[in-house]
Amino acid sequence: MSSEPSTVSRRDLLSLIGAVSGSAAMYHAMTSLGFAADSGYKGPIKLDGDPRGASVLILGAGLAGMTAALELRKAGYNVRILEFNSRAGGRNWTLRGGDSFTELGGFKQTCEFEQGLYINPGPWRIPYHHRALLDYCKRLGVALEPFIQLNHNALLHATKAFGGVPQRIRDIKTDFQGQISELLAKATHQGKLDEAVSKEDREILMQALRSWGALDGNYAYKANLISADFRGYAKDPGGGVGAAPIAGEPINLSDILKSRVWRYLQNFALHTFQTTMFQPVGGMDMIGKAFAREVGDVIRYEAKVTAIQQDDHGVTVTYTDLKAPATPQQAKADWCVCTIPLSILSQLPIDVNGRMKAAIDAVPYSPSVKVGLQFKRRFWEEDEAIYGGISYTDLPIRQIAYPNTGFNSSAKGVLLGAYLFDGPNAYEFTAMSPAERIARAVEFGAGIHPQYRAEYDNGVAVAWHRMPFTLGCAGNWTDKARAQHYDDLCQIDRRIVLAGEHASYIPAWQEGAILSSLNAITRLHDRVVKT
Amino acid sequence: MRRFQIRIPRAFVRMTQGNTNRHAAFVMTISAALLLPSFMACAESTEPPASRPPLSTGFRFIENSGEELFANVCRGCHMPDGKGAAGAGTYPSLVANKNLEAGGYPLDLVVNGQRAMPPFGAMMSDDQVAAVVNYLRTHFDNHYQDAVTAADVQSVRR
Repeated sequence: MSSEPSTVSRRDLLSLIGAVSGSAAMYHAMTSLGFAADSGYKGPIKLDGDPRGASVLILGAGLAGMTAALELRKAGYNVRILEFNSRAGGRNWTLRGGDSFTELGGFKQTCEFEQGLYINPGPWRIPYHHRALLDYCKRLGVALEPFIQLNHNALLHATKAFGGVPQRIRDIKTDFQGQISELLAKATHQGKLDEAVSKEDREILMQALRSWGALDGNYAYKANLISADFRGYAKDPGGGVGAAPIAGEPINLSDILKSRVWRYLQNFALHTFQTTMFQPVGGMDMIGKAFAREVGDVIRYEAKVTAIQQDDHGVTVTYTDLKAPATPQQAKADWCVCTIPLSILSQLPIDVNGRMKAAIDAVPYSPSVKVGLQFKRRFWEEDEAIYGGISYTDLPIRQIAYPNTGFNSSAKGVLLGAYLFDGPNAYEFTAMSPAERIARAVEFGAGIHPQYRAEYDNGVAVAWHRMPFTLGCAGNWTDKARAQHYDDLCQIDRRIVLAGEHASYIPAWQEGAILSSLNAITRLHDRVVKT
Repeated sequence: MRRFQIRIPRAFVRMTQGNTNRHAAFVMTISAALLLPSFMACAESTEPPASRPPLSTGFRFIENSGEELFANVCRGCHMPDGKGAAGAGTYPSLVANKNLEAGGYPLDLVVNGQRAMPPFGAMMSDDQVAAVVNYLRTHFDNHYQDAVTAADVQSVRR
């Protein structure tokens, strides 16, 4: 078999899509069998029928595990959860000032952010079509606010284009769209589209291109107040003497094409990232905490699962109490919902059939690194009028995301200073010490915002392969592995069923974890009441 | 837009120009907080921070030697001392590891992955895979002298 592809391989392409567009885009491309509209959530689950006191042991107190606990208890089951961490939520996690955590290898970090500032190392945004998650937020009283995915005044940056100078999204977007419209108008006018567009439509198309592309009366895209109405001005309109606006000079199409910053525009177009997106007020872990208010009483923390067995009568899970590791403990139940990430579950002895075990072993976990940086002032707002949103770059940090809250204050602020996902750089950042990751994020970020050098205050860095409770960010399914193993992974094997983002077609998203859990417990309940 | 007329930090320019100076592997167990005073001094001085190894720019690793590849890739999970780590699951120790005796086994793992171990075959050339496997098999108290070759890597690619 050829090992040195001379052209871009499919994997490289996926990595490219992932690198420029984020994980969801990549997964969308990877699993192009349409999950097009919404996530298929049909409202609160109804588990009718009497489970007659059956017990369910749930492994993992992330969103999948706590969803199962909440709904199964409501349906009449005896539920218990074993959780490795000393907190609930799993990857639903927020870091605030005073929080400490230790990654594998013993590197301990203490977050030093000011009160009220935070970073979400895991999930950080919620699409409007993730209906199940939104419904739980509503039912559990989690307040939401907008997450700004597209800020026209944020930046697109390519190290080898425009002299390394970051460009405003509004300029790139308007100039790209305008000049493409001009080309199309030219082609239409010259009759080159006559075969494709009816005579009647041609006239409308010309009007549309003029409207959509900010073209002038001659269907040209130029530096004038028409294009300036879209891209903004070299000198903004003001008041009083000398207040007339001055249009800016468009960036020419060839420069935009060669820069390849057009790649980033899909981050604002993909269904996953379309407005409106949300974030919980105060941090993503408000969701995990809200679930824990409901089911916290059944969670046993600091319990490390070491073996999962089942027989005709029930399930036996062996675990270690991390506070007293010398004596293995056992928990028994009639049924088991296991949400342990496959990166960990694949290492445990588990009594399931060969096909399910093969599925458990078939999914590597994506590398991902996030770096949160606190700055002494909100220079992105004060100096650059960037209020929330995301700037994208081809530097290893990939993006800089601005806080979507606390606008226009003179207090300190926290940026997401790096978000790496898949590809070599994510591994390279994982291999660094936390301090080195932070130093690198500051160094790279200063290439976009030179204020970094003077204003940097402190930071935290989370590399997901170093997180003891996941050993990776999320299940990285290939189409091939999914075709071969996904159905086997999702089956109920006698008394055990798996759930989590890895058992969904929305991997790495909280919605995937919840939908997977709801689907698993619906099937489990059906089996219980029919037994 | 004048405020964006800035230069790329010198450290970055140097990196993209392919500085091959290796800097000592980071074998420190320190908190970010402890590092801050010295880092802040770096950030505020006009000199760029100390030389840092270059990072990959595309979809393949740019590191070529086994030592560089270990330091920038494997170390993430197997740790600077090669001893691995344990949390809810385990990253195995590579120290005096008998599974490295037959070179084909680590080659297969690096190229194709296994369970929690991601596949690196698409991100590394045959030479890179061979280099990192040879490095592992001759370091961390492993003493296997029969080096694997790029041709051996070919044979495990699926």
